[in-house]
Order: sequence, then C-alpha cells, then structure tokens
Amino acid sequence: MTGVNIGILAVQGDVAENLSATRMAMDDLGVEGVVSEVKNPEQISDLDGLIIPGGESTVIGTLSLINGSLKKIKEKIASGMPVLGTCAGMILLSKKAKDRIVGNMEQPLLDYLDITIERNTFGRQKDSFEADIQLEKIGVHKFRGIFIRAPSVIEAGKNVEVLSKFNEKIIAVKQGNIIGTSFHPELTEDLSLHKYFVSLVQKKN
Amino acid sequence: MIPLSGDLGNAKGIVRETLGSFETRRGTSTLKRGFAHMLKNGVVMDVTTVEQAQIAEDAGAVAVMVLDKLPADVRKAGGVARTASIRVIEEIMDSVTIPVMAKCRIGHVYEARVLGETDVDMIDESEVLTPADEFHHIWKWDFTTPFVNGARNLGEALRRIEEGAAMIRTKGEPGTGNVAEAVIHIKNVNTELRRIKSIYDAGDEQDLVSVARDLKVSYSLVEETASLGRLPVVNFAAGGISTPADAAYLMTLGCDGVFVGSGIFKSDDAKERAQAVVLATTFWEDPDKVKEAQKMVDERQSMLGLDTKNLELRMQERGSTA
Repeated sequence: MTGVNIGILAVQGDVAENLSATRMAMDDLGVEGVVSEVKNPEQISDLDGLIIPGGESTVIGTLSLINGSLKKIKEKIASGMPVLGTCAGMILLSKKAKDRIVGNMEQPLLDYLDITIERNTFGRQKDSFEADIQLEKIGVHKFRGIFIRAPSVIEAGKNVEVLSKFNEKIIAVKQGNIIGTSFHPELTEDLSLHKYFVSLVQKKN
Repeated sequence: MIPLSGDLGNAKGIVRETLGSFETRRGTSTLKRGFAHMLKNGVVMDVTTVEQAQIAEDAGAVAVMVLDKLPADVRKAGGVARTASIRVIEEIMDSVTIPVMAKCRIGHVYEARVLGETDVDMIDESEVLTPADEFHHIWKWDFTTPFVNGARNLGEALRRIEEGAAMIRTKGEPGTGNVAEAVIHIKNVNTELRRIKSIYDAGDEQDLVSVARDLKVSYSLVEETASLGRLPVVNFAAGGISTPADAAYLMTLGCDGVFVGSGIFKSDDAKERAQAVVLATTFWEDPDKVKEAQKMVDERQSMLGLDTKNLELRMQERGSTA
C-alpha cells in the first residue's frame, strides 16, 4: 500500500472528530494514505500511526482489554508506532492514573508514557474551560485548548519532554513518538497538532 | 462531524475568568456540546445508590444518572417525582470517576440551579419527573452546566436545542422495559431529518421556511440541521432498553449511544446485564459479539415490562407540545 495508514481507536468517545481532523491535516500536507476507525487487534496491527481519542478512559481501557486491542497497541508502541492520545487517550498511554477526588484507580492502562496522571484535575464539567495555550517546542505559538473534565500530568520521568503548561500544570507531553495532551485538538478547527502527528507518522514510515 | 459552535455567544452561562496568565471561558457551547461528544458510543445508566453507581462504572458505563427512584418505581409510586437527594448525588460524585448526571423537573429553573451548584456534570430536564411548568422549558443558555433533553420528534428536539440543550435523547416510554416507543421516536426523527435534508438539497428555501414555522423553531437552526442531515448535537436513545440486543438495535438506527433506566437495576442480574449492555453498545456492528453479550444475561431475570398501549401515565407526552 502507498502512503500512511492511520487509525482512530473507535471504542468510545469523539472518534469522528479525530477522523476528520486527521483527514484534513493529511490533505493540507499533501500526505497520501488512509485514515480509518479501528476497533480490533487485526486492524491495529496494520497501522503506521494511531490516535486514541477523548472519551471515558475507564470505558476505552476496559473494552480494549477485553478484545485484545490493548495488548496489540502495546506491541505496536514497542515497535515504534507513533501514537497521539488526547485527554482520555493520554490517560490510557500513562503508567499511572489517579483521580483528584476518588484517589488511586485500578483501570487498564498502556503503561508507556512515564507520567503520573491526575484525572479531573481542574474539577468537574462546570470547571471545563477554553484558553489559548502554547506548544512552542513543536512550533505552535498559539493553540485553542479545549479542556473538558481534563487530566493533567503531575509527575513526568526524565525521558518525557514537556510540550505545554497551563500555569503550573503540565498539559502536553512527548516521549519518543508518543504524544499526550490534556485538551482536545480535535474539537477546534486548528489542525496544527494533527498535522504535526501526521508528519511524525510519515517520517517514521 | 457534529458542529460545536452553536448560537448565543453572549449566553449568561458563559463565564470569563483570568487564571494566572491565562484568559479562560467556561460554559461555552463548544465545552457543553463537547462534553456530550465524549460520551458517544457509550451507555449512561440510571442509578439510585453508591453501590449501583460503582457497579455501573465497573461495567463500563460512560456516565451515571442519579435518581431518587428508578423510572419503573416512579411509575408504581405515583405522586410527584422530584429531583434526587443532594446528599445521595454528592456521595455518588465522591465515589466514581465517570461523569455524574441528575434529573430536574421540566421547567423547574431552581431545581436545575441547585443541581448546577452541586456540580453535577450534566442536568437532564426530564419527563420522568413531574413537570413544574408544562408550557416553558428551562432557558438553558443561562447555565454553565450542560443540559440533555428528551424529544419524540424533530420539532421537539430542535426547540430544546434552541433553548440551549447540548444533547438530545429521543424519548421512549420510561420504566416500561419496553423498547417499542424508543424505536418509534428515533425512526420519527430520522424520517423528518431525511425529509428536510431533501428539501435543503433541492435548494427550496421557501419550503424550509415553512418547515421552520411548522416546527416552531428558527430558520437558521432548521437550515443548519437540514444541511447536516442529522441533529446538530449528540443524540442518544432512551426509554425501555432492557437487554443487550435492545441497545444494539437502537445503535443500528443511528443514535450516538444509549441511556438505560430501569432495565439494568430492575433486573435480577444487574451486574452481568450492565456489562453486557455496554459490550453490545460498543460492538453493535458485530452480531457475534452482541450474541455473546446477550448470552451473558438470562431472559428469566429481565424486568417483566409493560405493554405501552394501556398505560395510565404516558411520561413521554409531558412537555412535548411546548
């Protein structure tokens, strides 16, 4: 097959938004390839890049564990496949997640990003907010951050590059080819982050 | 993709604040509708206790809806059904990490305010409770917390969206364990959407204006909906879902997810059933997986259910003409 093969993990959450943002990013960049929804291990094994969307991390994790997708994603990450996780997606990529109120969680995680997550770090839905943030390290000077019951990173290991902060809280990280964000780039019309991810996938390919 | 912008940029529910070095906005349409987008392909379960909420979370529910009584018990008890005890809602909020929703009475602005102050993640202005105002729903743009509303047809759905609802659930007949009404209503909405889409595609603005007049909503909302060929907000199905196959069937009719009311916790195998309904909703496109889910429940444990033709109380009709 020519071009890149990018999948959006389609268990639960805002899958369609990531699908269309990725498609538009590829068109803008003139990158050839396909973007599709993926749900099972067979589909995941063919991918060059994966996006884990926003949604409920407990739901996406539990269901991906049941059908073997989680194991397959782990293998693909180990072989160097780029992954972008937004909000719930970043939680799933992390090594450890706890909730601001409920405390330590036993939820299935991919255990890759060397970070500890605090879920619902800014509070409940009423505290969800929009703000302009910066991602200077990847050349994005201004980006509309949509934070919905968002998590933040409260501890990051040596190999983790911090891409953005909101006041003192870490809201975007990168470790190798894996990117995690607290916010939802797929809910804005700004394609910068999806374009950055597509070019990572293309480079790796 | 469902649009997030919506109307009313100057809504009273929008809060502008400076946090450290950042200018922030809360309660925008993007944040309210965006919250609903995060629930897509999920199951929202009605619960009345902390134990039920934890069973729901463990089973993979995407959110819980807190009630004082399950709809089937509301039906049995009669009298006036009101919003749940705040203490119970708070206990549940402190014990699960998934979003917590609660119902207020139709038109009861202050029950909604109280729920907003309680910090629930979404308010359901619901016909399951006794309406406080049959003629006016809550003006939801005044709230920072998002709302979900029920609808039996396209006009009702669009009127609620125009009032600021960030999410719609097509109504069934709550507490009956009978999915028939939910099926009728989602099909109604789909048929009407197809009709206005064809008018839009034909470029017949005059006909679209008369649709807007018939439905009692603004032309711009009708036009937006017609161009999309679907509701401009996330739409779940609700009412009478009792089995995994019920949930999967409603997903095939094009809804974005399901609410399950009495169907789970009025059954005798709630734990297995909760998991099974989630599995069937996630993998609805795969009949083999839905079969596996259906196998997890025992039909002898399902709630008995009611024939919707001979009901004394038809909850779905509440507030539907307004």
